[in-house]
Amino acid sequence: MSRRMLLLTLALLAIACALPFVLTSYRTFQAALVLVYAIALLGLNIVTGYNGQISLGHGAFYALGAYCSAILMDQAGLPYWATIPIAGAACLVAGFLFGLPALRLEGLYLALATFALGVSMPQILKYHLLEKWTGGVQGIVIAKPEPPAALAAAGLRLDADQWLYFFVLAIAVIMFLLAWNLLRGRVGRALVAIRDHHTAAGVMGINTALYKSLAFGVSALYTGVAGALGAIAVQFVAPDSFNVLLSITFLVGIVVGGLASLSGALFGALFIQFVPNIADELSKAAPWAIFGAVLIAFIYLMPSGVAGALRALGARLAGQPKETRP
Amino acid sequence: MRPVLTASLSAVLALGLSLPAAAQKKYDPGASDTEIKIGNTNPYSGPASAYGVIGKSIAAYIKLVNDKGGVNGRKINWISYDDGYSPPKTVEMARKLVEQDQVLFLYQTLGTPSNTAIHKYMNMRKVPQLHVATGASKWNDPKHFFWTMGWQPNYQDEAKVYAKHILQTKPDAKIAILYQNDDYGKDYLKGFEDGLGPNNRKMIVARASYEVSEPTVDSQVLQLKASGANVFFNITTPKFAAQAIRAAYDSGWRPIQYLNNVSSSIGAVFKPAGLEKSAGLITTEYLKDPANPAHASDAAIKDFVAFMKKYYPDGDVTDRNAIYGYTVGHALEQVLKQCGDNLTRENVMKQAAAMKGFKIDTLLPGITVSTGADDYAPLQAVQLQRFNGQTFELFGQVVSTEH
Repeated sequence: MSRRMLLLTLALLAIACALPFVLTSYRTFQAALVLVYAIALLGLNIVTGYNGQISLGHGAFYALGAYCSAILMDQAGLPYWATIPIAGAACLVAGFLFGLPALRLEGLYLALATFALGVSMPQILKYHLLEKWTGGVQGIVIAKPEPPAALAAAGLRLDADQWLYFFVLAIAVIMFLLAWNLLRGRVGRALVAIRDHHTAAGVMGINTALYKSLAFGVSALYTGVAGALGAIAVQFVAPDSFNVLLSITFLVGIVVGGLASLSGALFGALFIQFVPNIADELSKAAPWAIFGAVLIAFIYLMPSGVAGALRALGARLAGQPKETRP
Repeated sequence: MRPVLTASLSAVLALGLSLPAAAQKKYDPGASDTEIKIGNTNPYSGPASAYGVIGKSIAAYIKLVNDKGGVNGRKINWISYDDGYSPPKTVEMARKLVEQDQVLFLYQTLGTPSNTAIHKYMNMRKVPQLHVATGASKWNDPKHFFWTMGWQPNYQDEAKVYAKHILQTKPDAKIAILYQNDDYGKDYLKGFEDGLGPNNRKMIVARASYEVSEPTVDSQVLQLKASGANVFFNITTPKFAAQAIRAAYDSGWRPIQYLNNVSSSIGAVFKPAGLEKSAGLITTEYLKDPANPAHASDAAIKDFVAFMKKYYPDGDVTDRNAIYGYTVGHALEQVLKQCGDNLTRENVMKQAAAMKGFKIDTLLPGITVSTGADDYAPLQAVQLQRFNGQTFELFGQVVSTEH
C-alpha cells in the first residue's frame, strides 16, 4: 500500500468514526446498512471480480448467514456477536461445497446454477420441516443489541444505533484488511491468473479446482457475515427479504462499484443503498425505470466502475499516463 | 361608556373563551396548526406491485380531502415510500418516516411480513401503526401491541363464516380443503376448523396443500376428488384458484365450492378458469364491487367513479384495490376528525379504538367500522355472495364475526 493510499484510508476511517456523532440515528442506521452491503459486495467481488466466476446466487449465502445468526439468537440464546463467526463458518462450508460441483460449469452455466440457488432460497426457508427453526413465512424477530454496559461506565454514551454502527464498522475493517491481505499476495495472483487464462494458470502449477472452490467458500463467508450483520441491524428475517432480486442487486453493486477492487465494494454499497431510494422519491409510477436509467448512465460514463474511474482520474491528476506502473 | 363597556366585556369574554380552547391544542411530532404528516409504505415495485394501487388510491383520496379544506382546518401530508414488499426495506422506510420525516403515525402499511418486521419497532417507539393492510389475525392484540391495529375482516373470521354456512345448509357435507402452505393458508384452515367446532371436524374428509413454488395444483385436486367429498373449500391465491376451479370441473367433480375472498375476482380468477366452470362458487365480500352491475346505480359507486375520474384518472375503476383505498381513506379522515385538536399519538390510537358503528357508504349495507379499547378489529362482518356465471349475487344477511 502506497503512503498516499494509507493516508487516504486512515482519513476515510476517521470520517467513518465521526459519522454517527453528526448523523441522525436513522441516517446512522443507513450508514450501518451501507457497511453491511459493502462486506457482502466484497465477498461477491472475490469470486466474480477477482476469480471471474459469475454468481447470481449470493443472496442465498446472505440469507444463510442471516438465518444462522437469527436462529442462534432466537433458539440457542447466543449473544449477537457470537453468532457472526458461526454464520461465517457455516457459509464458508456451504460455499465450498457448492463450489465443488460448480467447478464443472463455466461462465453462463455457472451463472445459471447460482441463479437457481438464489431463486430457490426463499422457498427452502419456507419449507415446512424447517419451520420449527426458521419460523416459516412469519420469519424471526430478534432483539436489538444494546451497547455494552462497560462503555457507558467508561463515560461513552452511545445509543443502540450508534453502537450497532461501530460494531459493523469494526467487523467491516477487519474483513477488508483480511481481504486486502489475501488478495495482494500469492492467493490473489492465483485467483486473477485463473480468471485471465484458466489453462495457463493450470500450466503454471496452480491447483485451479482447489482455488476456485476456495474462492467460492471465502466469498460465501464474507456474504454470510454480511447477512448476519444485516439481520441484527434490521432485527428481522423472513424469506421474502432474500428474493432473487437481492442477488442481482449485489451483482449490480460490484459492477457499478468496480470489479476486482476493494474500494469498489464501498462505492457499490452506496449505490445499491441510496439509488433505489432516490428513484422512489422521483417517481412512484416507475422507480425501476429511473433506477435503470441511472444504472445505464453509470455504466456508460464509468465502464470500469466508480473505483476504476477514480483511479483513472487520480492518474490523470498526477500527470501519469495510464497503466504504466509496474 | 356603555358601548365601550360592552365591547371590552365581550373582548374579555372572547379571550376567556378562546384561551382554554387554545390550551387544549396538543401536538406530537408530525402535527401542527396547519398540517398532519402521515407515513405509509406500499409495494410500488416488485412482485406484489399490484397492491401499490392501494397507496395511490389513498393518496388520491387525501388530495380530495385537502381540496375540501383538510380535516379540522389542517391539510394532510401523505408521505408514502416504496418497500417493494421486502421486509428489510420496510424497516428502513418506517424508520425514515418516524425518525426523519417525523410523521404523526403510519397508516395502512401493506403486507403481513412487512408489518411483522416493524411491529416491535413501532410499539417500542409508541408510534401508531394504524389500520394495517393485511388479513392476518395477529393485529388484534391491544394488550401486547397497543400501537398496532388491523383493518379488514381477518382470514380466520372469514373462514368461520363459510363453516357456519355449510353447517346450516348442508349438515351431511363431506368437505375437501385445498390450502396454500403458509401462514395465510393456515390462518384460514384454523378458522374453518374452529368454525365447524370439535364435533363436526370429522366432516373434513380430505385436505391437500401446495407450495407457492409449484407450477400447478392439478394432482392435489384429483386427490381431493377421489375422497368423494361433496363440498370443496378453496384456500388459494388467484393463480392457483383459477387452476383448481378448472381442474375440478374438467375432472367431472361437481362439489359445492367455497372460495376465499383473497381470490374473489372475476377478472383475475373466473375468466382464466372459465366463467361457466366457475358458476355457483360461493365467496364473501364487504366492499361494494364497482364492477357489479347491481351497484351501478348506487350513489356511493357513482361518487367513487367521479372521484376516480378527477383524482386518479390512470387508475382502473374496476380494480378492487382502488375502492379499497378509497374506503380506508374515509376511515383515516374519520379518525382525524375525532381527534379534533388533540393530535397526540396516544389520542390517535384512542380515537381509532372508539369508532362505534361508523358508516362508509362503499361498504356493503349493514357493515360498519366498530372498535373498542380491547377490540382492534375494525371490520368484522361480511356477506356471502354467489357467482352466477356472469356476476356476483349477494345473498343472505350480513354475517358478523364479532366474538
